[in-house]
Amino acid sequence: MEKKFMKGNEAIAEAAVRAGCRFFAGYPITPQSEIPEYLTKRLPEVGGVFIQGESEIASVNMVIGAAAAGVRAMTSSSSPGISLKTEGISTLAGAQLPAVIVDVARTGAGTGQIYPGQNQYNVATKAPGHGGFKVIALAPATVQEAVDLTYEAFDYADRDRNPVILLADGVIGGMMEAVVLPEPKTAFPEKRDWQIDGCQGRERRVNRSLDNDTVKLEQFQRDCAAMYERWQQEDVRYEEYLTEDADLVIAAYGTSARVAKTAIRELRKEGFRVGLIRPITVSPFPYIAFDKLDYSQVKHILAVEMCIPALMVEDVKCAVARRTPVSAYTRGAGFVVSPDEVVGAVKDLISKGGAQ
Amino acid sequence: MQKTYARPVSLQPTVSGFCPGCLHGMVCKLVAEAIDKFDMREKAVGILPIGCATLSMEYYNFDMVVSAHGRAPAVATGYKRCRPDNLVFTYQGDGDLAAIGLAEIMHCANRGEKLTTIFVNNGIYGMTGGQMAPTTLVGQKATTCVNGRDPAQAGYPMRMAEIINTLEAPVYVARFALNTPANVLKAKAGIEKAFKNQLEGKGYSFVELLSNCPTNWGVSPEDSLKWIQEKSIPYFPLGELRNN
Repeated sequence: MEKKFMKGNEAIAEAAVRAGCRFFAGYPITPQSEIPEYLTKRLPEVGGVFIQGESEIASVNMVIGAAAAGVRAMTSSSSPGISLKTEGISTLAGAQLPAVIVDVARTGAGTGQIYPGQNQYNVATKAPGHGGFKVIALAPATVQEAVDLTYEAFDYADRDRNPVILLADGVIGGMMEAVVLPEPKTAFPEKRDWQIDGCQGRERRVNRSLDNDTVKLEQFQRDCAAMYERWQQEDVRYEEYLTEDADLVIAAYGTSARVAKTAIRELRKEGFRVGLIRPITVSPFPYIAFDKLDYSQVKHILAVEMCIPALMVEDVKCAVARRTPVSAYTRGAGFVVSPDEVVGAVKDLISKGGAQ
Repeated sequence: MQKTYARPVSLQPTVSGFCPGCLHGMVCKLVAEAIDKFDMREKAVGILPIGCATLSMEYYNFDMVVSAHGRAPAVATGYKRCRPDNLVFTYQGDGDLAAIGLAEIMHCANRGEKLTTIFVNNGIYGMTGGQMAPTTLVGQKATTCVNGRDPAQAGYPMRMAEIINTLEAPVYVARFALNTPANVLKAKAGIEKAFKNQLEGKGYSFVELLSNCPTNWGVSPEDSLKWIQEKSIPYFPLGELRNN
């Protein structure tokens, strides 16, 4: 195992190569441009293909072509660029093609700002494109976790024949940390029984997201719904941090969860019993984690999010189902929430009788 | 008895769902014959668009990917770079290629992707019911320009072969018409040339075919052939613009 000091974006790119990614197409956008910049050098070294697309739309469609060819493929972008990719992500889901889409999210509607944000929660978890499909969305809180989740994302994509989103943000993408890089993967399918490679010795195959047979299409939609249910049973991932005795639980993912952890350590020193539930799979959302709480003990749940309004808090409310009050502490416009602010927000709640 | 003419192996033995008199069926046959000629059916991959041309997914007898509207050149790029040994072509209509997919076709051609585009230009959106296309002729009526295309509002029809021909990378750019047996034979030779270029690894080839749409032009199939001769060809001149 190799340990390296790497910037998040480059670490994600290297992890993808080690996961067997052999095709990347992308378009420059801050704060993720180091991913294409890294892969333009790295992919040719392993016999892979790098293309700078003329747009996000073209890039994701190039990924569609590569995925149909049976090649592990990835594209990356940031919030406004992901909007453009949603047509392609939807096509991937409808055509049952595996691919990994990295969103190094930034803040705000429209062009917004290049600074980090968690505003992409709903896009990643609820509507990564038209048509009501879902994807597994993985939200790393450290560069190491970004590496590990990228490495696994390709396996999820292949297993489900469905796109997977890695939901990072500008903090994770731009931060340098020591990471242990995984061994290059070799045990991924070389030849898929659905891939498009010329019909030699077999019937022709048509890869498509449209189906004129509506009975078949409805069945496909039911099969997808069953898959999403399976994800809830088998693939939910989350971290519980000091929740056992907590009377106030913070819910946060990614960068804000990392900040919340620091705040919790401070609060614990002062005797406050605060814990954290950190979704790692924001889709499927770890509703189960909130069922495990003892609501005779938990007086309040506080979502900490770097977006205004808070978005994940809706899933938290759904999970908590009114068993205890839920509120949110937010920062927006690219401001990274600080541990002191979280400490202050928690103390404020406690002073108002939210928790002891 | 000797069999001298048969359905190409690259076409499925099914009935066409194209409208009566539509020349899309002709294009499918020409493409299939060319693929048969090079014995490439088992290596052929068609990247289909959205539009009437999508129907050909039911007719071609080889592997295909159906892309989103306009994106076939990008999908074909990703595919061909990963599997350079396949014979890859995009099969696109005018709304798909010249409107929503203009960026994709320009950049695919500009990169000189080693693939082939078959562009079926009938000057109208067929599948959606006869709306104005970028190639609709001045004065030609469509459901979204009921008084005929007005250049003051909608600009002029786009000559895609000429536009592609401004780029350095393409090796073959040509326009043919499908209205007479003589023109069909020229188109057939052009399609073969475009595939041959790809098989020889030469680069990008673009073949525009002037086609018809009796249904949405509101004319008989026979009159639609006259229309091509009298209206389409004068605006969209035929010939090989580039043959490197």
